[in-house]
Amino acid sequence: MQVTSSVREPLVTGGKTVHDVTEDICRQVEGKPTKSWMLGMAISLATLGIGAYAVFMLLWEGIGVWGLNKTVGWAWDITNFVWWVGIGHAGTLISAILLLFRQKWRMSINRAAEAMTIFAVICAACFPGLHMGRLWVGFYWALPLPNTWGSLWVNFNSPLLWDVFAISTYFTVSLVFWYIGLIPDFASIRDRAKNKVSKAVYGALSFGWDGAAKTWMRYESVALILAGLATPLVLSVHTIVSFDFATSVIPGWHTTIFPPYFVAGAIFSGFAMVLTLMLVTRKLFKLEDYITINHIELMNIVIIITGSIVGIAYITEFFIAWYSGVDAEQYAFMNRAFGPYAWAYWSMMTCNVISPQLFWVKKIRTSIAATFILSIIVNIGMWFERFVIIVTSLHRDYLPSSWAMFYPTFYDVGVYLFTFGLFFTAFLLFAKFFPVINMAEVKSIIKSSSLKRNN
Amino acid sequence: MRDNKKTYWKGIEQLSNDPEFVKKADKEFPEFLPINQNEDGGGSSRRDFLKMMGFGIAAASLAACEAPVRRAIPYVNKPVDVDPGIPNYYASTYTNGGDYCSIVVKTREGRPIKIEGNKLSKISQGGVNAQVEASVLSLYDNERLRGPKAAGNDTKWETLDKEVINKLNSIAAQGGQIRIVSNTILSPTTKQVIADFTAKYPTTQHIMYDASSAEGMLQANESSFGVRTIPSYDFSKSDVIVSFGADFLGTWISPIEFTKQYSKTRKIGSGKKTMSRHYQFESNLSLTGSNADYRTPIKPSDEGKAVAALYNAIASKTGGQSVSVKGEYKNIDKAAKDLLKARGKSLVVSGSNDPAVQTLVNGINSMLNNYGTTIDLAKSVNFRQGDEQAMNKFINDAKSGRINGVIFLNSNPVYNHHRGAELKDALSKVSLKISTSDRPDETAVLADYMAPDNHFLESWNDAEPKTGTYSLAQPTITPIFDTRQAQETLLTWSGNNTEYYDYLQNNWKGKITTSGDFQEAWDKTMQDGVLEVASEAAAPSGFAGNVAAAGAAINKNYKGSGVELSLYQKVGIGDGSQANNPWLQEMPDPVSKATWDNYLTVSQAWARENEVTAFEGKSNKAKVTVNGKSVVVPILIQPGQAPGTVGLALGYGRTSAGKVANERGVNAFPLATTVNGVASNSVMSGVTIEVLEEQYQIAQTQTHQTYMGRDTVIQEATLDAYKEDPYAGRHMPHISNWMAEGGETSPGNLSLWKGHKYKNHHWGMVIDLNSCTGCSACHVACQSENNIPVVGREEVINRRDMHWMRIDRYYSSDAAPSDIKGLEEAADNPEVTFQPMMCQHCNNAPCETVCPVAATTHSSEGLNQMTYNRCIGTRYCANNCPYKVRRFNWFKYHDNGQFEDVNTAMNNDLGKMVLNPDVTVRSRGVMEKCSLCIQRIQYGKLEAKKEGRRPKDEDINTACASACPADAIVFGDMNDENSRIHKMLQINHRESEDADYLIETEIGEPRAYHVLEEIGVKPNVTYLTKIRNKDKEEAKA
Repeated sequence: MQVTSSVREPLVTGGKTVHDVTEDICRQVEGKPTKSWMLGMAISLATLGIGAYAVFMLLWEGIGVWGLNKTVGWAWDITNFVWWVGIGHAGTLISAILLLFRQKWRMSINRAAEAMTIFAVICAACFPGLHMGRLWVGFYWALPLPNTWGSLWVNFNSPLLWDVFAISTYFTVSLVFWYIGLIPDFASIRDRAKNKVSKAVYGALSFGWDGAAKTWMRYESVALILAGLATPLVLSVHTIVSFDFATSVIPGWHTTIFPPYFVAGAIFSGFAMVLTLMLVTRKLFKLEDYITINHIELMNIVIIITGSIVGIAYITEFFIAWYSGVDAEQYAFMNRAFGPYAWAYWSMMTCNVISPQLFWVKKIRTSIAATFILSIIVNIGMWFERFVIIVTSLHRDYLPSSWAMFYPTFYDVGVYLFTFGLFFTAFLLFAKFFPVINMAEVKSIIKSSSLKRNN
Repeated sequence: MRDNKKTYWKGIEQLSNDPEFVKKADKEFPEFLPINQNEDGGGSSRRDFLKMMGFGIAAASLAACEAPVRRAIPYVNKPVDVDPGIPNYYASTYTNGGDYCSIVVKTREGRPIKIEGNKLSKISQGGVNAQVEASVLSLYDNERLRGPKAAGNDTKWETLDKEVINKLNSIAAQGGQIRIVSNTILSPTTKQVIADFTAKYPTTQHIMYDASSAEGMLQANESSFGVRTIPSYDFSKSDVIVSFGADFLGTWISPIEFTKQYSKTRKIGSGKKTMSRHYQFESNLSLTGSNADYRTPIKPSDEGKAVAALYNAIASKTGGQSVSVKGEYKNIDKAAKDLLKARGKSLVVSGSNDPAVQTLVNGINSMLNNYGTTIDLAKSVNFRQGDEQAMNKFINDAKSGRINGVIFLNSNPVYNHHRGAELKDALSKVSLKISTSDRPDETAVLADYMAPDNHFLESWNDAEPKTGTYSLAQPTITPIFDTRQAQETLLTWSGNNTEYYDYLQNNWKGKITTSGDFQEAWDKTMQDGVLEVASEAAAPSGFAGNVAAAGAAINKNYKGSGVELSLYQKVGIGDGSQANNPWLQEMPDPVSKATWDNYLTVSQAWARENEVTAFEGKSNKAKVTVNGKSVVVPILIQPGQAPGTVGLALGYGRTSAGKVANERGVNAFPLATTVNGVASNSVMSGVTIEVLEEQYQIAQTQTHQTYMGRDTVIQEATLDAYKEDPYAGRHMPHISNWMAEGGETSPGNLSLWKGHKYKNHHWGMVIDLNSCTGCSACHVACQSENNIPVVGREEVINRRDMHWMRIDRYYSSDAAPSDIKGLEEAADNPEVTFQPMMCQHCNNAPCETVCPVAATTHSSEGLNQMTYNRCIGTRYCANNCPYKVRRFNWFKYHDNGQFEDVNTAMNNDLGKMVLNPDVTVRSRGVMEKCSLCIQRIQYGKLEAKKEGRRPKDEDINTACASACPADAIVFGDMNDENSRIHKMLQINHRESEDADYLIETEIGEPRAYHVLEEIGVKPNVTYLTKIRNKDKEEAKA
C-alpha cells in the first residue's frame, strides 16, 4: 500500500473505514431493489420496447423506413454510432490511462465508467449492424472468415473493416479489463451472501478467488498489463472511426485533423456521460462520500480541456478550408455555418464550445446541478457534432444537382431510443447486481488513520 | 497395368471363403432383402393386395384429372429463329396518333422487351424519344382490356360483331349518320379500310382530330400555297433557327427527326467550328427554349406581334410588304439580322395554331428563300392531319342528336379534346357508341361496345409519315389478350372477312410497290421496316398568303389582359395517351425535373410579387380559373417563365386510364380556348389565379437549380471564344508539387494508387454537352434495359428515385461568383445546361476502396462493377461517390404490395414480361448503379469472338447511347485506335510503365474534360464543353 501524506485531502470522505466500504457498496447488491430503481427500470424497458418495434420494422421493411435518401446515405445511424462510441471512451480512459498516471481519484468512479463503456460500445455496435441493407449476411461477411466462395475476402482497404476490428478489439479488452476488476468484489459479495442462489452465482462469477497474496499480486499485474493494452486503444478506436470520414473524398469529411479531434471529442462526451450517470448513481445509492465534489471538479476540468480542443478543431477546419483553396471544401464549411443546417451547427457550437467554458468558474464546476445540466448539454452538442459532420457534408457535396435535405422519421428516432433503452436497462441491471464502486481498490485509498472522525 | 496383380476383396468373408458367402456370391444382392415379406414372414397378404389396389385406383384416377397447363415448357420442335437466351430483332413502326418513329424491337423468347431506333429510317434515323422507348411497357399494362365488352359486360367477338353489324345496318337503313372519330392516321391501308367501311355504310364520315392540333399550319399552308399539308423541315441545313413557341425538340410535329437534324448543327470539333444559332421566343421554358442560344420570354398575347415584328424587320430589308402590327421585342432585330445573313439557310417556325401567325411565318420563310432548301413542301408530312372544323361539326351534330352511331377509333376525345365535356353529354343522344381503345378510357366507358384494338407491338400495320416514305409494322408477340386489331374489326363489320395482314399486302400490291417481285420487295421492306419511293409531286410554288389580313387578325386577336395562361405538353407524358405508363410518369420533366404531376409554372417575378416561395418542391397550391372553369394545381416556380404568364401541362388528370395515371394532376384540356377560330393553348384573358393556403410538394428529382458557378462541373464557353481558343471555358486545375517542373502539376498526375493496366479493352464514354438536348430518351432507355424500378411519387419526394441515368439540368445565375447565397437563385431568364450523369466508372474509384466486402470492384476493362450478391448495403460507396450516382434499394421494389400501383413492371405477372432477362432484378438492401450496359458489352464481345474477330463499334452500344436522338453519347473502346471514341478524344498513343488509364494530358480533344477533375478519381466518362453561339460579351457566368 502506497503511503499517502496525511495532510492530503482524503479521496474518500466521511471517515469511512474499510468495513464501511464493504457495507456501503454491498448494501445495494444485497438489498431489495429500491422504488426509484424499479421506476427507472420500467422506463428503460418501455423505451426498449418502443425501440424494439422500430428495429423490427427496420429489419422487416428495409432501410427505407428511415429518412435517408440517394444523397444522404448515412444520418442518424452513423451519428448515433459515433456518439455512442465516443461515450464509450471515458471508461477505459479513466481506468487505463489514469491508472498508469496513478490518479487515485479515479478509483471510485472507474467501475461505473467502465460498465458504461461496455454498454455504450454495445449500443454503438447496433448501428453498423442495423444500418446495413442486408444485416443477415452482412454480420458475418464483414469478418475475414474462411469461406467457400473461392478466394472471396473482405476489403482491407475499407475503413469500415478497420472499424470492425477496432470496435471488436476495444470491446473485448474493455470487457476483460472490467471483469478482472470485478472478481475480488464478486468474491466479497460471495463471502457475504446469505442465500444459496447468490452464493452460487457470485461464486461462479468470482472464478474461485481466494484472496491470497499471490492472487492479489497476479491481479495487480494483470490490471497493469491490461491497462497498458487498453491505453493505445483509447486513442486508436476513435482515430479509426474518424477514418470512416477522413479517408473519403467528400468535402467536410476529407480532413486530416479528424483523428485527434475525434479522440478529444470522444473523451469530452465520455466524461460528460460519466458525470451524468455518476451524479444520479451517487444520489440514489448515497455514495456522496466516495464520489466527492472533488471528483466532479476534476472531471469538469477534463471537460474544459477536451471541449477547448474540440473548439480549436472546429476553428482549424474553417481555417484549413480557406487555406486549402479548394472550392468544394470552402463551400462545405460555409454551408455548415450558414446553410440550411446552420441551426445544427450553431447548436453544436453553443453546446460544445461555449457551454463547457462555464466550468472556468469554480462555483459552476463545483455545483452538482450545473454539472449535471452541462454534462447533458455537452452530450447533446456532441450528437450534433456528428450530425453536422455527416449530414451537412453529405447533403451538399460536389454536384449541386444531387443536393438534398434529410428528414428523420419515427424509425430514425425509434432505433436511437432502442439503444437508450438497451443502455439504461443494462446499466440499471449492473447498478443493482454488480458492485458499482471498486471496493478492493477504494479500500486502498482509505486513510490509514481511518478512524471515525468528523469531517 | 499388366503387372498389377492386386486383388480387392469385398470383405473378410471373401478372403476366408466363408461358406455362407460362397452360397450367395453369384447374387446381385447377397444379403437378405426384405421383399415379399410381411409381418408373418413371407408372401403377400390379402390386406396388402387391397392396399395396393386402393392406391392404384386412387393414383390412376388422380392422374386422369387434368394437369395444370404450364405454358413455360421447352420447345418440342424449336422454331428456327428462336433460341433461348438469344434476342431477336424485328423492324417495326411506332405510331401513336400522329406520332411516329421507325423502330427495331428486341424480343427475348417471344417477348418484346426493348425498343431501339431503326437506323435505316430517314426520318427518325435511329433515334427514339422517351415515349417511344416507354411504349413497350404499355404493351404489358395490366389495365388493358382483356377482351370485348358490351354494355360493360364481357362478351364474345362473334356476339359483339353480330350485334354491332345489326345495329349499323339498321342505322344505315334509316339513313342515320355514322362517324368514325380518330386521331391522325398515318396508315394508308387503315384509311383504305375506313374507305371500305364507308362504302358499306355510306352515311359514315371519318373525322380526324389531334390533341395537339396543327390546324393553323394546315390552313395557313392552304391559303399560302394551296396545299393543306405540313411541309418537311430540315433543321440540319439551317444556320439560323428562330422558333416562336415551337417546342420542336420536345413535342412539336416530329421531335425525334428534328432533334437528329438540329444536333447535327450543334456539333463542333477540330474540323468544324461553326454551329447554328438558335433564337427562341416563348412563354414557358420549353425543352427547345432551354437549348436556345438566345431566348426571349414573351407573353402568349405577344406571340403574334413578335412574329409580325420579325416579319416587318425582314420585309423592310427584302422589300416585302409590311404589316401594320406594332410591338418591339428583345432579340427580334438581332434575329432578323442573322436570318438575312443566312437566307436560304435558315428556318423560322412557330408552334402557334393560329393560321394568321402561321401565314406570317410562311411569309418570313418565303422572303428568306427557305422554301426548297430548309422547307420542302413537296414532301409533306402527315403527322398532324386533324380537321378542327370537322371535329367541331361532329360535336355540334352529336349535341343536336343528328348522329346515330359513332366509332372511336383509338381516340379519346372526351378526355383530350377541349370540348370533351360537351361531347360527353352529347354522347347520351347517340344510340350506338363503340370504342376500340385498349382500355376503358374516358370515352370508352361511355361506349356501348368496347372492341379493344391490339397494342401496336401485336399488330400488322403500315404508315406513310411523309409523302413517298413508308414504314411497316409487324407483330412481335401474339396478342396477349382476346383483343382484335381495329382494322380487322372494321373489315369484319363491313362484311369483309380477309385478315388484315392479307388486306395490307393486297393494298401494297396495288398501290405502293408496283414493279418487280412483290414478295421479295415485301420481305425486304418488312425486314428494313421502311421504304422510300420516288414521289413525283412538285412543290407548289409562290407564297400567296394574305399577310395584310393576317396582320389585321393579329391586331384583333392578340390582346392580353391580366395574367396569361400557356398550356403545353410535357416531353414524357405528351397528350396523356400513355399516361398509365409508370416509366413516363416518373421520368423527370427535362426542364422542371418534376415527376408524377402537372403544376402551374409561374415566373420568379410573379412568385416574388405574390410572396410564394418554394423549398424542395413544396409550395402553395393555386386555384386557376379560366372563363368559369377552375382547377386547383400546385405551384412550381419556373425560371425563364415569361413575366405575367403561367403555364400548365396537358396530359394529366386522367380519370379512367388506370391506377398509375388516375387522379395524377389535373386535366388542362378543358382550359384551352379558341383564337382566330381555331383551338389555342394560349389563354390571353379571363385567367385568374388565387393562391391557396394549402401546401403541396411536387416530386422533383433535382431541387437545386444552379451549378453554383462550379466550373469543375459545367464547363462552357461562347462560340467566338471557342474559335479563338479551343480550350475556351476549360477549367484546368493545378496542384502544387515540388517535384514537378514549374512547381505545379495536373491532379491526374498524382495518385496514391498504382493504377490499372487495361491490356485488352478499355471502355469509355463521351458525352457532348453541346448536342445533348436533355430530351431524356436515354433515361427511359436505361430504365427499360436495366430493369430499373419505379418508386412512386412519395419515394421521389423522399429523394429515392432509382434512375441510373439522370440528366442534371442547371440554370445560370445572375449573382457574383462569391455570393454563395445569391448563386442558389436562378436568373429570371436563365441559360440552361443539361448534363447526363451516370456512374463515371472512375479508375481510382472512391466507392471501390470503401466497400468492406469488396462488392464493388474494378474490371480489367475499366468498368466499375457492382456485385449485387456480395453487397451488404452499408451505403458507404454511395456516400463516397462524388457524383452521387449510386442508388440503394431502400425497399423491396418487386413483388411488394406497397409498390404494385407504381412499379407495375415488377409487381404483376404481365408487367414482369418486360423485364430484361439479362439483368438481375435487384433485391432489397443492395446498391446499384450504371454498369455501362455490361450485358451488352458481354454479348457484343461474344458475338465478335464467335466470328473470330475483335469487337467493333457497331457490335456494342449502351442503351443510352443507342437511344440518343442527338448522338450526344458515344460509347466505345478507348484502346481501339479505330473506334469513334478514340478518334473523338484524340487519345495520344502512350506506353506507360505504371498505369494504363487516361489522364487529362493524354486526351487531345481540347473540349474534353472530366467532371471534378481535381479530385483525381479519373473517370472513364468524358464530357465535351458546352458552347453557346452567343456574342462573346453576352455570355453569363
